[in-house]
Amino acid sequence: MASVEIRDVYKSFGATEILHGVGIDIVDGEFVTLVGPSGCGKSTLLRMIAGLESISGGEIAIGGRVVNRVAPKERDIAMVFQNYALYPHMTVAENMAFSLKLKNAPKAEIDTRVGRAAEILGLVPLLSRYPRQLSGGQRQRVAMGRAIVRDPQVFLFDEPLSNLDAKLRVAMRAEIKELHQRLKTTTVYVTHDQIEAMTMADKIVVMHDGIVEQIGKPLELYDNPDNLFVASFIGSPAMNLLKGVAAGNGAPAFEGSGGISIPLPPGTSAARGASVVLGIRPEHLRLADEGFPVEIVVIEPTGSELQIIGRTPGGEEVVANFRERHSFEPGQTIRLAADLRLIHLFNAETGKRI
Amino acid sequence: MASTTASTKGTSSRLAGLTESRGWLSAWFMLPAAALLLVFLTYPLGLGVWLGFTDARIGRPGIFIGLENYEYLWDDSVFWLSVFNTLLYTTVASILKFVLGLWLALILNENLPLKSFFRAIVLLPWVVPTVLSAIAFWWIFDSQFSIISWALIEMGIIDQRINFLGDPTNARASVIAANVWRGIPFVAITLLAGLQTIPQSLYEAATLDGAGRWQLFRYVTLPLLTPIIAITMTFSVLFTFTDFQLIYVLTRGGPVNATHLMATLSFQRGISGGQLGEGAAIAVAMIPFLLSAILFSYFGLQRRKWQQGGGD
Repeated sequence: MASVEIRDVYKSFGATEILHGVGIDIVDGEFVTLVGPSGCGKSTLLRMIAGLESISGGEIAIGGRVVNRVAPKERDIAMVFQNYALYPHMTVAENMAFSLKLKNAPKAEIDTRVGRAAEILGLVPLLSRYPRQLSGGQRQRVAMGRAIVRDPQVFLFDEPLSNLDAKLRVAMRAEIKELHQRLKTTTVYVTHDQIEAMTMADKIVVMHDGIVEQIGKPLELYDNPDNLFVASFIGSPAMNLLKGVAAGNGAPAFEGSGGISIPLPPGTSAARGASVVLGIRPEHLRLADEGFPVEIVVIEPTGSELQIIGRTPGGEEVVANFRERHSFEPGQTIRLAADLRLIHLFNAETGKRI
Repeated sequence: MASTTASTKGTSSRLAGLTESRGWLSAWFMLPAAALLLVFLTYPLGLGVWLGFTDARIGRPGIFIGLENYEYLWDDSVFWLSVFNTLLYTTVASILKFVLGLWLALILNENLPLKSFFRAIVLLPWVVPTVLSAIAFWWIFDSQFSIISWALIEMGIIDQRINFLGDPTNARASVIAANVWRGIPFVAITLLAGLQTIPQSLYEAATLDGAGRWQLFRYVTLPLLTPIIAITMTFSVLFTFTDFQLIYVLTRGGPVNATHLMATLSFQRGISGGQLGEGAAIAVAMIPFLLSAILFSYFGLQRRKWQQGGGD
């Protein structure tokens, strides 16, 4: 087990720069997810930690040792690939034993370590099968087994659940998290799915266009997004974002399109007349007579919640979630308001939190 | 369900049932293909086998003489020499083609500059008509004007021209060299296609597992390429075993039958010599060899357990 330090790392493919100076500190034993939309550079960064991509600038250190010039096999890391990358001509046991076999480990040791990993993952009855004879979830587990057997310093996961169906994904999510709690190996996990990131990580790194947007604990990111990107990316359904200006005589207020006005927390630092974006999470909206009007477009009852999608007079989309049941009708206009403490305000030009 | 419709009473409905039956309909659809196979494959093959049991000559339909042709060949040293030559030619040429072809495929699979250009160049020997390349080789191996002899003499390595096609050993080596040159592209390009089906992530996984370059080849490339190798080499062996054009242009089987293959001997006896029956018998004698090569690759190499899917 080891810490991983990523210091001001750059990556270019030819003239195209993919990563523009990324810095992340990963503490020993931590579970960190790199999350972001496709093309944000998260997989490239993971592959750079693994040594499968060269580092164009900056440093990566594993366990205090700078590994920029260290060959992948010398880095003592194990990686689980998106397509599992199981050797099709080897049985489950041979797949898991491969790295030990290359190290010329004694047969008895190989057998015990493979046996133990197989037991942890429930693979014992499948040891003599070939990958082709396994289901997606089983293959996923073999790929993890291959990583566990090596007892590496760091586990790297590259979108390991994206080839599984929704139900299995949820199950494997819990399984990976449990595995981490049990083994306490430093883990870097790449995903584009913010739910996966939220549910599994000790720490989330939100990446976008080759830079780090924000690093923090899952709920920190959820409650205090640094900028508009994080605000819109973390959370499902996404945060409602309304464009407008800061205004108000006396008590500060937000004035949006279509003449809506929403009071802002007192002491907000937004300058009068500045263009701002107001963010409210769907579950923080409640029915209130003093609120702003929203015309209901779609009603989606899920049983535990009632979700409505509506439009403000200015035509902006608003999503609201209610724990209690209401008998709304499409076309009906309701008035919504939010607790002042739960309102987020962003600078419309820079996207930064105010 | 077709049979239930067919079981309803009346001839008209039975006819309707028949035309609706899947089996009946598919038989009709298969008829053209079956006819082509029968006329152009089964008939010539059957005729060849039949001729082998007759004493047919050109211009005279023969009569059935049983195994007489084969009995004659059994005691014919030239026939046995041609069998030996064919086996030698096939074995040596196939091994060389495999080794060099695989090596070339591995090189072409790397990220070279001008990759597609080199891949196109490799195909050239395969694209040129055999007879044309055979004539070029005939020139290269000429006892007077050979460019190889000339170059070696100029470099001071030898002082006498090499008698490429006049000496039995040299002649055998020369025709094998020409065959290898011609056969490499097929092996290289097919294996290259096979190499490209191996997912990059397997190499990456093996690299992280600690494999070096040789181990990557030994544990990832080679096992995953085996099915393609089996098919490619089966075809290569069949092509080489039945080779005719190259030998016919270069040596016509000489010197002193040292390069006579079964195919060239069959042609010489059957067509040039007019002994159709005997020529056919030699050709038929090739069938067991070819069949065993096919069966060997089919059962021995092609389908591995790990390739078989499902079966939970």
